[in-house]
Amino acid sequence: MNSGDPRNVPRREAARLVAGKGRYTDDIDAGDVGHIAFVRSPYPHARIDRMNCDAARVAPGVIAVITADDLSAVCKPWETRLALLPTHLSPEQIPLARDEACWQGEAVVAIVAKTRAQAEDACERVEIDWTELPAIADLDSAAAEDAPPVKSGMPNNLGLDHGISTGDPDAAFRDAAAVVEHDFTFSRQTGVTLEPRTILASFDPRVRELVVQHSHQAPHQMREVFSAQLGLPLSAVRVVAPDVGGAFGMKLCAYPDEMAVAAIAVLLGRPVKFCADRLESFVSDNHAREARVRGRLAVDTDGKLLAMDVAVLSGFGAYASHPRGSAGEGLQAVHMIAAPYQLAHYRGRVRGYFQNKVPSGILRAVGQPLACTVTEQLLDLAARKIGLDPADFRRRNYTDADDKPARSAAGIVLSQLSLRRCHDRLLALMNYDGLRRRQTELRKEKCYRGIGFAAFIEQTGVGPQLYGPQNVRVSAQEACRLTVEADGRVRCATSVTDQGQGTRTGLLQILAQELGVAPDTIEIVTGDTQVTPLGGGAWASRGVALGGEATLRAARRLKSNVLTIAGSLLQADPASLQLQGGVVCNAAGLAQMSLADIATTVGFRSHLIPLDDIPDLEVVESFAPRNTPYIAANGIQAAHVEVDPELGTIRVLDFWVVDDCGRVINPMLVDEQIRGGVVQGIGAALYEQCIYGADGQLENGSLADYLVPMAGEMPDIRIAHVETPTAMTTLGARGVGEAGTVGAAAAIWTAVNDALVPLGATVTEQPFTPEHVLDRLALAGDQPRPT
Amino acid sequence: MKAPIFTYRRPDDLDGALALLADHAGEAQVLAGGQSLMPTLNMRLSSPGMLVDINRIASLRGIADRGEAIRVGALVRHAEVAESSLMAARIPLIALAMPHVAHMAVRNRGTTCGSLALADPSAEMPAVAVALDARIVLNKRGATRTVSARAFFQGLYQTARDDDEMITEILFPVARKNQIFGFAELSRRHGDFATVGVAVRARHIVGALDDLSVVFFGSEPAPLLSPGARDIILAADCTDTTLADAARAMTADMEPMDNQQGRGETKRKQAAVLLQRTLRDMLGRARIRSSDV
Repeated sequence: MNSGDPRNVPRREAARLVAGKGRYTDDIDAGDVGHIAFVRSPYPHARIDRMNCDAARVAPGVIAVITADDLSAVCKPWETRLALLPTHLSPEQIPLARDEACWQGEAVVAIVAKTRAQAEDACERVEIDWTELPAIADLDSAAAEDAPPVKSGMPNNLGLDHGISTGDPDAAFRDAAAVVEHDFTFSRQTGVTLEPRTILASFDPRVRELVVQHSHQAPHQMREVFSAQLGLPLSAVRVVAPDVGGAFGMKLCAYPDEMAVAAIAVLLGRPVKFCADRLESFVSDNHAREARVRGRLAVDTDGKLLAMDVAVLSGFGAYASHPRGSAGEGLQAVHMIAAPYQLAHYRGRVRGYFQNKVPSGILRAVGQPLACTVTEQLLDLAARKIGLDPADFRRRNYTDADDKPARSAAGIVLSQLSLRRCHDRLLALMNYDGLRRRQTELRKEKCYRGIGFAAFIEQTGVGPQLYGPQNVRVSAQEACRLTVEADGRVRCATSVTDQGQGTRTGLLQILAQELGVAPDTIEIVTGDTQVTPLGGGAWASRGVALGGEATLRAARRLKSNVLTIAGSLLQADPASLQLQGGVVCNAAGLAQMSLADIATTVGFRSHLIPLDDIPDLEVVESFAPRNTPYIAANGIQAAHVEVDPELGTIRVLDFWVVDDCGRVINPMLVDEQIRGGVVQGIGAALYEQCIYGADGQLENGSLADYLVPMAGEMPDIRIAHVETPTAMTTLGARGVGEAGTVGAAAAIWTAVNDALVPLGATVTEQPFTPEHVLDRLALAGDQPRPT
Repeated sequence: MKAPIFTYRRPDDLDGALALLADHAGEAQVLAGGQSLMPTLNMRLSSPGMLVDINRIASLRGIADRGEAIRVGALVRHAEVAESSLMAARIPLIALAMPHVAHMAVRNRGTTCGSLALADPSAEMPAVAVALDARIVLNKRGATRTVSARAFFQGLYQTARDDDEMITEILFPVARKNQIFGFAELSRRHGDFATVGVAVRARHIVGALDDLSVVFFGSEPAPLLSPGARDIILAADCTDTTLADAARAMTADMEPMDNQQGRGETKRKQAAVLLQRTLRDMLGRARIRSSDV
């Protein structure tokens, strides 16, 4: 860490949060709050024949027992539709299941009681007669011709069928010097935030206003959703995200059980709260990543990539995630293939299926880790086949988008990249030649180490071109309202939200520098739709890239206004004045008046200002990338692992990342974002897995058996930066929140398979359990070894 | 994740606790460290009518030297055992195993006797107790009995303890001068429940190890003392092939379970690897020790 770097400003809220003084949704008091617990379906797919809630209604502390029919009076059904993907047709949804439950964990009855414990006691008194229906769990069953539908009335379970083709892949494969192929299985994962999903909804029937405290990434999106479903005008709905303890994309969706909470608040006219416990988190938080992929790569004898063919099967769960859909994972998986490389011929096809499982949705880096893994693993296989060093092979093939814009074979828009510079920096950082020599020596001692690379493109700062054409009401701009208070302090209300990334601190630094005020005179306000201007919140690595740009623009405009007023008061040319440390200085650098003096004059004695029109001390600026779908960032990661071929275990020895996120505002926070992302990627490759039985039952719903990556197993993660400011913004920052996750699992894949080369085996299923490693070694041992 | 309603009692002496257990047999559960019990209550996986909190019973505290054995009371936390120089010096197997027991936070609160009483198949301390042939002291109102650890564990979460009994102490036999120990386990992450593990006690004779007690755990419903191990003598200079054959012979005694951690047959292979490595390490240490003499 660059500890001496003055840019390494620590997060202001970190000390408070670590001291246990967080103000999370569950910490917020509301008078007479009703606590909600849900009766959830114990079956992956079942019909509700009869329900008896009488005993629950009279249980101690119970305020109300709510079923689907009760909520139909206040909450409209919704359907998740993407205008350009009509096949992504999700069945109509309501907050609580009415006649049929389509996944194990779907909420069926809500109990409102004086305490959560009493609500849980009452849940046990609800009697439901179920008839089990055929459940679709795995992708093959979902895709079968005669597969029963995931929900009655659906024509079939296919929810996405999308293909792209560039060039003439068939001819290229036919004429290629070498062709490699590999199968990939990606297990389901979920977000596992420290703070579970929590929502506190209050409805005041006198004025018909709904206030929702919500552990969420996108409060403005949720205001849209609550307004639409509950039939309230936008101005009557206020969504507030207080401190949020981690989100990772999992807190981007409108969950049916949370919709139920808001609807119950309206129905009962009193505050109600729901805080998911860890067990129900595993069966109700969005899952992600489930996919099977077959990939092929053709190369020529000079080590040039010729063509790729990638077929993806993606699992959606029971419903499309509202309102963004569940298609993103599969679409990104085919569109981000070979994004960092030159490739002329490509065919990609993705088919996605509904299943009787927890709905899938967004998880940090959506689909990009899948594409990166498939690409990088195929590259390694091809390099080996034609006898080229994998690092050298990559360097020969990087896309040429450093100076001129380019498009990848699958249509990804690239500009101002730095892959070769990142690559060279990485090889030096990791002492690549030394590692290879040591690897060779150790193999003689039957010690199997592997070195794996993953070059990556990260889509950051995604603009309105993603959801706009899909008719999904998700704002892609970020906005900043700056106000000079009468005491001279500055309030920055930003649409950006922060769940622990440190975005607020980045914005604070930009603002302090651009405006010329001391950081401790700035308040950053986030996550309150009543106070903050319309914007996206936190998704697609946008906080500093887009929110920072809006902040910069607002700061410059406010500064200009301040200096205009100061110029008139001082009878000086505003251009000759400067704002430094909250003080206006003249051309000679002498302090003239403070920001507080100016704000006081404007606020209380404006008759003294000799201007016809006094510029505002409150300004709003917004920014969205409108000429490009996103701002691509790039980088490369490398992993060094050791495989124990007798036990099947894998140890990650070292990890390196060289990232180019453009201008770096706070290197410490950027590095920690990358490290966190890498750890999540290592978790995907080695540990995390929602284990489902063939019957659709989730078999590991607790943190004892869903393995998140822990500090003890993590390597040191060494990070370096190449800084290529983007020309899309004045600020020059690209996003970085997902960079680590995009490539880390791929680097583990390539490293583990590199380690296994002398043993003739490859792994194919993520996470790489010891048993999978041993099975693959046994299979290799049974087959004739290539000579 | 809120526990169902239960009655809570916190007696000040052992007689009080035993009276409650006698009067509410089958309904009352002992609360010591609570590291397994509290999560199962909160997850509503168990719903005892009464919890008998023994944390105020002073007589259940303490590690004591009883000559041939060391006594560990029912309130002794794993962390106290781990930090005890007496235990480390005189019962080396515990020092080898204790770092594998969960994490520091759990060890600070969880008790060694509690781990034995629960008999989780993946827990380390039951396997250690079996390998050492520890004696488990069970009390009920008006009666005390001592059960060998080798007879105590009867199956998945099944022990010889009756509902109205509680473990008041364990007596771990101290290591004899010629004994040598080994311990290894495979877990996905450090501190996780073991997929499979081995605890070994052996006698060091000139140029060989014999009198092997080999216990497999994690993979089995209860710690499994290999019957075949007793007859094996390992020469200090035995070959890898010999060692592998011996390990395979001992793992043939296993009846490993299929579960999320893997298929039973995979665990049998992994156990053989762990055992082979552990024995090789023990042979190495034995050789060093004999060259010292």
